[in-house]
Amino acid sequence: MDLRFNDEERAFRQEVRDFIEANLPPETRERMAAGRTPTKDMVVQWQRALNAKGWAVPHWPVEHGGTGWSAIKRFILNEEMQQWPTPTPLAFNCAMVGPVICAFGTDAQKQHFLPRMKNLDDWWCQGFSEPGAGSDLASLKCASKREGDHFIVNGQKTWTTLAQHADWIFVLVRSNPAAAKPQEGISFLLVDMKSPGITVRPIITIDGAHEVNEVWFDDVKVPVENLVGTENKGWDCAKFLLSNERTGQARVGASKERIRRLKRIAAEAPGGATPMLANPRFRDKLTEVETQLKALEMTTLRVLANENKRLGEGKPDPASSVLKIRGTEIQQAISELFVEAAGPYGLVGADPEQDRWNEPELAPEWATLAQPVYFNWRKQSIYGGSNEIQRNIMAKAFLGL
Amino acid sequence: MDFDFSEEQRMLADSLGKLISDRYGFENRKAYAKQPEGWSREIWAAYAEMGILGLPFAEADGGFGGGAVETMIVAEALGGALGLEPWFATVVLGGGFLRHGADAGLRETLVPQVADGSLLLAFAHTEPNARFDLHHVETTATKDGDGWVLRGRKGVVLHGDVAGKLFVTARSAGGVRDEAGIGVFLVDAAASGLTRRGYATSDGLRAAEITLDGVRAEAVLGDAANGLPLVKRVVDDAIAALAAEAVGAMDASLKLTLEYLRTRKQFGRAIGSFQSLQHRAADMMVALEQARSMAMYAAMMTDEPDADERARAMHAVKLQMGRFQKFVGQQSIQLHGGIGMTMEYAVGHYFKRLTVIDTQFGDAEHHLAALSEAGGLFQAA
Ligand SMILES: Cc1cc2nc3c(=O)[nH]c(=O)nc-3n(C[C@H](O)[C@H](O)[C@H](O)COP(=O)(O)OP(=O)(O)OC[C@H]3O[C@@H](n4cnc5c(N)ncnc54)[C@H](O)[C@@H]3O)c2cc1C
Repeated sequence: MDLRFNDEERAFRQEVRDFIEANLPPETRERMAAGRTPTKDMVVQWQRALNAKGWAVPHWPVEHGGTGWSAIKRFILNEEMQQWPTPTPLAFNCAMVGPVICAFGTDAQKQHFLPRMKNLDDWWCQGFSEPGAGSDLASLKCASKREGDHFIVNGQKTWTTLAQHADWIFVLVRSNPAAAKPQEGISFLLVDMKSPGITVRPIITIDGAHEVNEVWFDDVKVPVENLVGTENKGWDCAKFLLSNERTGQARVGASKERIRRLKRIAAEAPGGATPMLANPRFRDKLTEVETQLKALEMTTLRVLANENKRLGEGKPDPASSVLKIRGTEIQQAISELFVEAAGPYGLVGADPEQDRWNEPELAPEWATLAQPVYFNWRKQSIYGGSNEIQRNIMAKAFLGL
Repeated sequence: MDFDFSEEQRMLADSLGKLISDRYGFENRKAYAKQPEGWSREIWAAYAEMGILGLPFAEADGGFGGGAVETMIVAEALGGALGLEPWFATVVLGGGFLRHGADAGLRETLVPQVADGSLLLAFAHTEPNARFDLHHVETTATKDGDGWVLRGRKGVVLHGDVAGKLFVTARSAGGVRDEAGIGVFLVDAAASGLTRRGYATSDGLRAAEITLDGVRAEAVLGDAANGLPLVKRVVDDAIAALAAEAVGAMDASLKLTLEYLRTRKQFGRAIGSFQSLQHRAADMMVALEQARSMAMYAAMMTDEPDADERARAMHAVKLQMGRFQKFVGQQSIQLHGGIGMTMEYAVGHYFKRLTVIDTQFGDAEHHLAALSEAGGLFQAA
């Protein structure tokens, strides 16, 4: 056992920093450090830079562009990007549908889609949830019928993140309504967003952002070659994808960045007689969250170190639910500390869809973003398998209850 | 001790409740929010007609002689409706200065205008560096002939964008953070040298940043160098009203959530049948019931003549309300899942309003610190 990073890992960390410094436009960093989401162009620029370096999808199999790195090395890359902060390589491409295609796709699918995915030539979105199928995803109704060389898709998906940017959507459809169990009779399809019959309608979240959408399918024709894996066995792909989704949500590096930033802000933010950081009550809370984050970080590293050993077992690591629960709780707690630091000026509500709403300045930008970010981050305990569902998984699968 | 409403108080609650259920559903509210001022003049007129706007003022001044309980009833109802109108700014804050600080002449002129809905008021106090400290005042008041001239910047002035007159705090003597030397001045919004920039607050209400550049005050309330006790008096009333408003919002939020738990089905059954969610809902009720008790305690303590004791009570109220509000607001969203995150649906708006209420006149942490400094609620044995 040695819980310190070795020389090679430390050198790699430096290499990552140098790469980011040389390749990330400062505007991207500034915007993200303020707590705003990067624009589409910023995400694309950064992912292409990573891809050119060979770092867009380190965790993919080497033959498809993965790096063959240890889990720890991948952690370092992620952590450095989150701490900078840089945009995250688009999760729908890199963490979700990409690995599914690597594992279940046909050669033609691999050849066509994977290179475009890595380079963000195609922006993907995730069409799983439906109005009636959230936590109970297997109850989904969006239907597909086979007609010759095509599937005809009808129905609705919802909460589809950034569908407004998307070129492609991966969807779970009910392909055999007569199957004995809801999980049987589901297929995993790749659908071109330009297909006739697709309508995207925005859903505005409580912070005023346009981040999610409804996606409607009206007799949408999907060529059979866009079926991933076996017809009616799409649930296997979905399960594989969801277990990958969870570990990504710990976001330790992102929380470190938020805490560091909050410390800098609080050193100047008016706190009455003294700046906020000089207020021992505030500082205690900040310190407490930092120590919680350290416990999460060590847990994350343990899970990652274990990953190689568990590879053959085909079972998700029980700790992945721990990471999801604690990671989201910590991020939400940090967002509350921002609200506290902003004080009365947190009432000045930022408009996240407008670039110049705060000109001339009503209040410091960070303060006006504190509440919108806090509002928005309530989503973290809801999506990716809600925190209640994570506890159910732990109780059933691992605690023997 | 008597926790029951009188016959008149019940009638007030019923008739306001009816107005709201007839004309202030969530869809109505969306339409009101889109009006140019961000709220509804028709509803304002209806409040005036019902006597809501003149309620807390003495009959001799042109009001209806209501007390803290009546204010609590109104605030709770408006909290449940997520009211957008400037009732709090005009009647509780502005009205508070009229009731506790204005002389008879001023009350006679202004109270009838407030009661009939023609005059909107606001309290311009917060400053960029003050955070929640009531005694932190950088704005200055300089004697000029027999009047006062004000200079400075006031921030997050609730409904300051529409108010016809503002109560403005300014320093006539002493240093920025001295308790002494603060005065409360009445300023006409059209006075020369006053500029304001209105904007939406994060809960969808309205506020303004106000710049005072040599603005001549219409009047000073009492002693220009000893206005802080008056400010505290009014803020204590405000804390009690906010507590009642929060109870209304929490109650409505919990009701929506329970309804959702009963009707939303996942895994072939109502999600309310899952025990983990039942316990959560039960904890929300625990919070709401305690919040209701604290709001009543607050209403009762607004009449406490001992300012220190009253202050301690309000610290306790604001602290506990802050905790309860946050829990109920957050869990209402969590138990709704994705739908709770949307602008379209009411529950997220309750959450936002509850978040903002915590930030008004000191968040829970501010009042915890203040109460702790003041020695807590109970004397050592
Ligand atoms: C901002 C945002 C972005 C999203 N992006 C996407 C996306 O890109 N693509 C996509 O497919 N989906 C996306 N989702 C959907 C997300 O995965 C679902 O919201 C989530 O699965 C929960 O489903 P639901 O919203 O229908 O809530 P429900 O499943 O109805 O849950 C409501 C409440 O009941 C609880 N609950 C449900 N079942 C149980 C149980 N058995 N035991 C205890 N508690 C239970 C839940 O935890 C929750 O508190 C997104 C959601 C949000 C909020």
